[in-house]
Amino acid sequence: MLRRKRRSALPGFGLTMGMTIFWLGLVVLVPLSALVIRAAGMGWDGFAEVGLSPRALAAYRLSFGAALAAAAINAVFGLLIAWILVRYEFPGKKLIDAAVDLPFALPTAVAGIALVSLYSENGWVGSLLTPLGVKVAYTPLGVTIALVFIGLPFIVRSVQPVLADLGRDVEEAAATLGASRLQTFGRVILPAIAPALLTGFALAFARGVGEYGSIIFIAGNMPFKSEIAPLLIITQLEQFDYDGATAIACVMLVLSFAMLLFVNLLQAWRAKRGTR
Amino acid sequence: MSIVVDNISRRFGGFTALDRVTLETKPGEFLALLGPSGSGKTTLLRTIAGLDFADEGHVLFDGQDMTGTPAAERRIGFVFQNYALFRHMTVADNIAFGLTVRKRRDRPAKAAIAAKVAELLELIQLPQLGDRYPAQLSGGQRQRVALARALAIEPRLLLLDEPFGALDAQVRKDLRGWLRRIHDETGLTSIFVTHDQEEALEIADRIVVMRGGVIEQIGTPAEVQSAPATAFVSSFIGETNRLPVTRRDGGAIIGDGLATVRDDARGQGGGEIHIRPHDVELAEPGAVDALPVTVLASRPIGRSRRITAELAGVAEPLTFDLPVAEEAAAGQSLTIRPVRYRIF
Amino acid sequence: MSGSNPTTIESPWARWTLIGVGFLFLALFLFLPLVMVFAGALAKGWQVFLDALVDPDALAAIRLTLLVAAISVPINAVFGVAASWAIAKFDFRGKSLLISLIDLPFSVSPVVSGLIFVLLFGAQGWLGPWLTEHGVRIIFAVPGIVLATVFVTFPFVARELIPLMAEQGRDDEEAARSLGASGWQTFWHVTLPNIRWGLLYGVLLCNARAMGEFGAVSVVSGHIRGLTNTMPLHVEILYNEYDFVGAFAVASLLASLALVTLGVKTVLEWRFGIHRAGAAH
Repeated sequence: MLRRKRRSALPGFGLTMGMTIFWLGLVVLVPLSALVIRAAGMGWDGFAEVGLSPRALAAYRLSFGAALAAAAINAVFGLLIAWILVRYEFPGKKLIDAAVDLPFALPTAVAGIALVSLYSENGWVGSLLTPLGVKVAYTPLGVTIALVFIGLPFIVRSVQPVLADLGRDVEEAAATLGASRLQTFGRVILPAIAPALLTGFALAFARGVGEYGSIIFIAGNMPFKSEIAPLLIITQLEQFDYDGATAIACVMLVLSFAMLLFVNLLQAWRAKRGTR
Repeated sequence: MSIVVDNISRRFGGFTALDRVTLETKPGEFLALLGPSGSGKTTLLRTIAGLDFADEGHVLFDGQDMTGTPAAERRIGFVFQNYALFRHMTVADNIAFGLTVRKRRDRPAKAAIAAKVAELLELIQLPQLGDRYPAQLSGGQRQRVALARALAIEPRLLLLDEPFGALDAQVRKDLRGWLRRIHDETGLTSIFVTHDQEEALEIADRIVVMRGGVIEQIGTPAEVQSAPATAFVSSFIGETNRLPVTRRDGGAIIGDGLATVRDDARGQGGGEIHIRPHDVELAEPGAVDALPVTVLASRPIGRSRRITAELAGVAEPLTFDLPVAEEAAAGQSLTIRPVRYRIF
Repeated sequence: MSGSNPTTIESPWARWTLIGVGFLFLALFLFLPLVMVFAGALAKGWQVFLDALVDPDALAAIRLTLLVAAISVPINAVFGVAASWAIAKFDFRGKSLLISLIDLPFSVSPVVSGLIFVLLFGAQGWLGPWLTEHGVRIIFAVPGIVLATVFVTFPFVARELIPLMAEQGRDDEEAARSLGASGWQTFWHVTLPNIRWGLLYGVLLCNARAMGEFGAVSVVSGHIRGLTNTMPLHVEILYNEYDFVGAFAVASLLASLALVTLGVKTVLEWRFGIHRAGAAH
């Protein structure tokens, strides 16, 4: 399969390709297949007993639900931030642009303890919310907030270049045809950036489903209530229930690969439609 | 509709794009804004469209002041240089766009919109392509769709920014005649921007020649060619020989004094004489306006002979056309006479 | 022509409302957490902050984190250069599949990334019994931490370099070869100078993740103080022991690392036109 199509004047194909395949196999493929093989060896009943147990289902629901909600929130605000970064001039713009990547760079555990300290009952933000009857820390809402932090750059960085490439003349054309600014946004700009927005949404969602470090501090980690799927894997491991951990990990892996496939199909569709 | 542009100025930072420009169109006229890049022609077009706003001056449509009215409320058809078609919409949806964004009470029924789209597709001779996407069309087809989209809103005025700029030579030629026919059929007042004089001369009723944010001349194609108002217009439109002259006592002395032509304007001091290559004929030595030249090169082009010659004391060679039958070898001396010329 | 285009820009109040909402959102979700880290670290003054950092367990965690990064970042840098040479300079079938496989670790949950190594090398794993017999410890020891870190940071350098090298094409290298340069000379004198800023960019992001990784390392580490505790794990332990100042003190070091990373990254993007190779980091 990995055979060269034609001879090249450059050397080193064999060496570098060999290194690539070797390392990829050793570090990524063999370990991942260990998981799949172990899961396959469990049989369906054994797999379903843990992988699809009520506690696991509740954890998936929380992980997926919170990731979905956070990605939706980010779709709105990420688009807004990409918009102001591309379209407007304001003081501190370059700083803001650089800061959007902070969640990529900040270790998740650091984000986790910072967020829980902010949103706990006597934290800076939490103390303002508690009188309103809003409890964030140790609830699914807290999980969502952590995932909003984690997911923001995915949306902004997906949308930003597409928005920047969008020709102004298309918007002017809409204006000369009588469209209001809002109609132009809804019918001309939004459809043009929708694929990029969807890609960012899917990336943020996929990252959110698997996220661990930034959540465990702010989630209550109560089974059936505020326990996320990755934490359940750790719980199983701590009880030396490798099969249980494997089953849950497999479910998550399948779902995140499905997301990956979705993103790739989306990308291919964008390329085909010629809208980048 | 008639448009009046009254004393419009527009500056971008330190750059003056339009400097007190005044212009008036006649109803149903096809007007060309012609000039090199940076002459302000596109800014003027965009100001008329309401895509750009002047710092000073007024724009009037049929006597009504439109200066502050945004583009969306002017009901003008604008065709963009790169067409600006909506890539995610079919050709039919592109054409229908201007009708579907209207407020509910002004919006035609779905069937009426579909009929209008079909009619316009017929007009642009692409009746089969309504379901295509812009990416599936050729450049010339996109251009026509852009025009149909602009016409769909039944504009009061049609504005086109370099309508043929992005097309290859043959398609340009075909579309020119077609655009003129569309203009005659619809009877719309139309203004188009171009930097290509041939294009302007071929299809416009009147040409507005611009340079550096200022209008140099407004006139019919015949006027701007035969009676250019300024040296710039004379040299920008058509081929011209430009030679330095000294003006004195009703004469213009070319070069080192061996050649003098009449200067009816009786100017004084330095100037420039413009002679078009086809405005030259052979003359007897000593005749009025006679110029003695030495042939440098001669080659037949079609039915004329193009001659490059040297005038004593003038650095730039002179280029002119004689009937092909006139033999002229390099080194030969000739006496010529400009039939028409202008001194600036 | 001009930046202020009246037709495609909103009215000032709409513009400033949008900018205001954007600022508020970023303040709440980005800046406040960052400020919290440093405020928490200095809550009881500089002395307590410094004491927390020179605590022997903290120092051990810092040393281990540096060690893990020092091993895993070069490994991935070498791999990344080799992989992008093979992928960007040659045509072969299955190229896009190979790229997808290299990107795979990005779409695996950190916890699952740790788990797979436990399944391989853990006491009940495939090789567990054999390893125990030979007295080799991987899980709950430094090798496991390194392996898990290499896994999660695997794609960083390659995904920066592949598009960069593909864009640069083969012309320079072929010219060097035609002038008689050997393969290695071509690489050192032609290719490497062309990709050095992109390589630095990839290494920078790889390093940030290597030092900051939490989930995967948490699964394989065993949390043995002074031995298998990296900085992020140490933050967790301190926080769970209600030593908030200590937790935030160590966290503030990691946050500073993140800020330096962002700064250098931004400079690389502005000065050398390095592009972000997609959003998934």
